[in-house]
This record gives sequence, structure tokens and C-alpha cells, in this order.
Amino acid sequence: MISVISLRRSDTAPTDDGVPPAGMTARDLLDEAVAGLFARPGRTLLTVLGTVIGLGALVATLGLSLTASNRIVGRFDELSATQITITVNPAESGPAREVPWDAPERLGRLNGVVAAGNLSEIDVGDALVSASPINDPQRRTEFKLGVVAASPELFTAVRARLRTGRLLDDGLSARAEPVVVLGPNAATQLGIGRVDHLPTISIGEERFTVIGILDGVERRFDLLSAVIVTEGTARSLYQVRSPTSVIVDTELGAAPLLAQQSPLALDPTDPAGFQIASPEQPQRVREAVRGDLDVLFLMLGGVSLLVGAIGIANVTLVSVMERVGEIGLRRALGATRRHIAMQFLLESAAMGVLGGILGASGGLLVVVGVSLHQTWTPMVHPAVPLLAPLVGGIIGLLAGLYPALRAARLEPVEALRAGT
Amino acid sequence: MGAELIVLDGVTRRYGAASPVVALRGANLRVCSGEWLAIVGPSGSGKSTLLNIIGCLDRPDGGTYHFDGIDVAALSDRQRAGLRSRRLGFVFQAFHLLAHRTVAENVMLAEVYGLRPRAGRRERALAALAAMGLGDRADYLPTRLSGGERQRVAIARSLVNEPALLLCDEPTGNLDSQTTATILEILGDLHDRGLTIVTITHEPEVAARAQRRVRIVDGELRGAA
Repeated sequence: MISVISLRRSDTAPTDDGVPPAGMTARDLLDEAVAGLFARPGRTLLTVLGTVIGLGALVATLGLSLTASNRIVGRFDELSATQITITVNPAESGPAREVPWDAPERLGRLNGVVAAGNLSEIDVGDALVSASPINDPQRRTEFKLGVVAASPELFTAVRARLRTGRLLDDGLSARAEPVVVLGPNAATQLGIGRVDHLPTISIGEERFTVIGILDGVERRFDLLSAVIVTEGTARSLYQVRSPTSVIVDTELGAAPLLAQQSPLALDPTDPAGFQIASPEQPQRVREAVRGDLDVLFLMLGGVSLLVGAIGIANVTLVSVMERVGEIGLRRALGATRRHIAMQFLLESAAMGVLGGILGASGGLLVVVGVSLHQTWTPMVHPAVPLLAPLVGGIIGLLAGLYPALRAARLEPVEALRAGT
Repeated sequence: MGAELIVLDGVTRRYGAASPVVALRGANLRVCSGEWLAIVGPSGSGKSTLLNIIGCLDRPDGGTYHFDGIDVAALSDRQRAGLRSRRLGFVFQAFHLLAHRTVAENVMLAEVYGLRPRAGRRERALAALAAMGLGDRADYLPTRLSGGERQRVAIARSLVNEPALLLCDEPTGNLDSQTTATILEILGDLHDRGLTIVTITHEPEVAARAQRRVRIVDGELRGAA
């Protein structure tokens, strides 16, 4: 559909004397502008580079900030938000501090604690774990496995699921019974799948009865490959003086407060002796991301856009000066000043649109590339890449205003005499 | 001799407001349809101004200009542009071909501002080129053509719209004597077929080819009817 652009001003003389005015179809105008654009493709590309960089930076910034804040929301899930881990502060000088054995009891009194359990890592030296008393030369029967002691509450705190048998309890711990619970990976390695026939394992020279096998845990995944003994065994057999850490499962939203309260509950006289690992405040991280990335890159994008607009204006102006002969010719062929102005305006606007398209593409590639590298999910608001060519076109239009007016003002015969 | 195509009566054109320079004073000129007129004169004598006025690129300050019975001064800018597009053909000293467009596209450009349909535009351009003996050059870029060939492309472009008047501004100014002869041959041929031609030149041999010559000196026409 070709429509005739009405370039007539309202004060133009009527056409009743039978001389038809000059005109130009929209299709022809577009063709002429595009042809002007592609006459020197290299120069056109260099001209739009500033706009490409500017709009690319804007699209990338908006996309990355959305991607990054989404990443933080994704990480700040229910599991990590409800966990704190308490260990002894290693930086603290003075007499060695210890996590008290009754930490689960002390912390259990705090409001918001679902469960708190001790975890003690046991140094068994070079002792290997074996399920078979027979030394079979055909296959490997001895394994290097982690040995830890757990208070009964720990299984709740790490949200452990039991596959078979039973868990450690206070009675077993108090009597320092030689029993263990195996993580699922440890059980597979040792070849133990059932506990109803009371299988035994040995840790070095010490023998233990397997009373339970875990199915899985939701935190502290090192437990999956561990041999878990009672705290009583750890104290009496391995001379463990204190638990290594306390794992606390909290109610949703209680973790930040409990992170402050827990050291006081454990040792009211010296709360600084403990180190608390708690989830970061999500709002703070998002603000940091916004503060660091957005302001810098939005400014960069804005400056690039300005430079890009000046670049388009500059090159269009140079192009008008170079094409004086062409302008004169077009006037002689029947172009009015308006036709000339519109052609140059359209050319610079098209350059802006081109810059917008290239910039949006580049910006999207940056977002996808960074996301790929960081294994984030790339996210861009759908309007951002669609608006980029529009913004580019407006910039091009504004940049082309002055050159187009200069072109339109040229006197045709002087332009024609000026040479090519 | 046909009807009067160009009638200038006391046409005056001044430039500048405070102390105006008179570029054309009281010019009277009549050119009949089918005539070949040469306007000769040194540079700065007002040739450009006269070309401006006859070519409907400018309006006179005083006097009247009738082109084919139409009072040009009374027309709007767009109407004068329409007149240029449909009734006038221009040939310039510097050819003014667009360097990045093919020969055929350059000729097709003549139709853009006259609202002629796109359908058949290329065919009409090719026919005009063929008439100039350039049918095999249609898809060349002008930069690959010789000066004479370029001027023939320009003539083809000026003829696409079948104008009533061909205005030539120093048409052979950039050409050697042999090519000049070829171009003059073509103009003579067009004249024989009834086209009205006005040539502005300072070269005596070019002026000699015309039927009639007028001189312009210091903005005044001499030897004009």
C-alpha cells in the first residue's frame, strides 16, 4: 500500500490553475533514505557505533540487573534462610573456647529454633572403615570415610530422612554404645543395605554395630558419605573435647535474630567467641547490585547515547555538505525543500534505528554471555530490546534536525554549480 | 515555429536587502516551442540567475515569467517543483549522477518527485538509456563511465519525463572536443525531433549549434526578441 505523503502546508496556494504540485510517495521517500544509508555502509556503521554502544550498554545493564536480582531471589530460598551454623571463632585469641555439649538444649529454649544439633568431627588418624573382618584380596574392603559424632537433634536439624533401622538417641549416647548410623553413600561403599541382621563394621580396630542407614539430608551433604557415631562414643573412645559446630534449623525469618541471640545463649559471658554463619540479608544484596551496576552502566549508556547522537548529527552534517550537488539535482528534478529535509531526517532516523537494533542485539548477547558464565538465568524485560530501536530512531531524528534544515535551505543553482 | 513556450517580460532579480545587487535587470525573452536558443555571456553576467528563473528554481522580483502560458510567479513552491519535475529537463556541466547508484537508478530518480507510478519505471529508464546508446551500461556505477557517457546518462535522465523544455547549463564544460561534438550531435538530434532547448554556455562552438543566440552582460540581455 503506497500512500502519498501530503507535504502541503495549509497556507499553500490552491492548485486551481491546473499545475499539479510535486509529490513523493512514502515508498519512494523510504527508498531514497535507505539508499543514502547504504551508499557508504562502512561509514554508516561507524556513525551508528556510538548509538550501538549506548543502547547496548543500556539494554545490558537493565537485563543484567534484572538477571542478578533474580539470582539473589533464587538463592535466598527457604532452606538457606532457615539455617545458621555456629562454630568457635578462630580469630579470637586467649584461652581456647569450646562449643558446649549442651548447646542443643541451650539453643532449643530460644524462640524460633526448630532444632539444633551438635556435629563433631572425629580425627581417626589413618584408621580405615571396613564392613568385613576377612581381608579379601580380590576386592577392596577398607575405605577412608569421614567419622563424625552427632547429637540426636542433629538429624532433625539437617532434615535427615531414614532409609532403614533407627537413629542415635540419648540413651545410646549416654552408654557410649558401639553403634553407628551410615550415610547412604557410605553404606553403598561398604556393601550394607539392610540392618535387620545387625551388620557390623570396624573403624580401625574398633567394632561397631550398624543400627540405621540414612536416605538423604537437606543440608550438610558431607553426612551422606560419613559414619556417624554417638557423642558418648566420641568422648570416651576418641577423646573429643567439644563439638565442632552446631547446626540450627530455624523458623522462616528467624535466622537473622537467632544469629544475634545464639552466642549469648551459648556463653553469656563471652558471646564474641563464636562465629555465626547465617544467610545474608537479601534486600541488602539487591541494593548493592543496583548501586554498583546500574548507576555506573546507566551513566555509561547515557553518555554513549549523547556521544552517539552527536556522532550522527556530525556525520549527517558532513554528508549534507558532501552531497550539495545531489541536493541541487533533486531540487531540479522536482524536490521541494520539504522533500530534501524529510529525506535527510529519515536517513538519520534510520541510522538511529539501526543503532538501536544492533545495540539491543549486542546488549542481549552480553546478558546471555554473562549469565552463561555465571550459570544464571538470563532475564530481560521484553519491552527493553523492543524499545531500543525506537529510542535510537528518536535520537537519530533529533540529531538529523539541524543537518536536514541546512540541506533544505541550500539554494539549488548554487548547489548545482558547486560540483559533484 | 510553434507557440511561445517561454515569455519573460521585464524580469528583474536582486539579491540582498540593504544594498541589493541586481543580477538581472528588465530581461525580455521569448522562446518558441521547438526552438534551440543559446544564452552566452561571461561568468558573473547573470547567467545563473537567468537559469534559476527559467528553470522555475527561483521567482523574479519584478516582471513576469510565463512558461507555456502559466504565470510561474503565481505558483506555490510545490507547484513550481511539480513543473520542474514534469515539464523541465536539466543537464548540468558536472553531470550530477549519484556515485553510489547504478546508471539505471540514476535515470529512475527523475520520476521520484513527479508521482509517476513505480510500475514500469525501470523499463522507461532502460528505454531512455537505449535511446542514448547506453543500453548495456544500465547496471554500471557512474564511476566506471567516461565523461561523455556520463553526460549521455544525464541527458537520458532529463528526457524520461518527456519534458517540454531541456535546460542545459554548460553541457560540455567538462568534456573534450570530440565528446563535445557527440553531445552536440545528440542535442541537435533532439532538436530535430521538436524538443525546445535552451543552452547556457560560454563556448562559441556550442553556441554556434543553436538556432539563435542571445548575450547577457551585467544582467542585461542583448539581441533578445
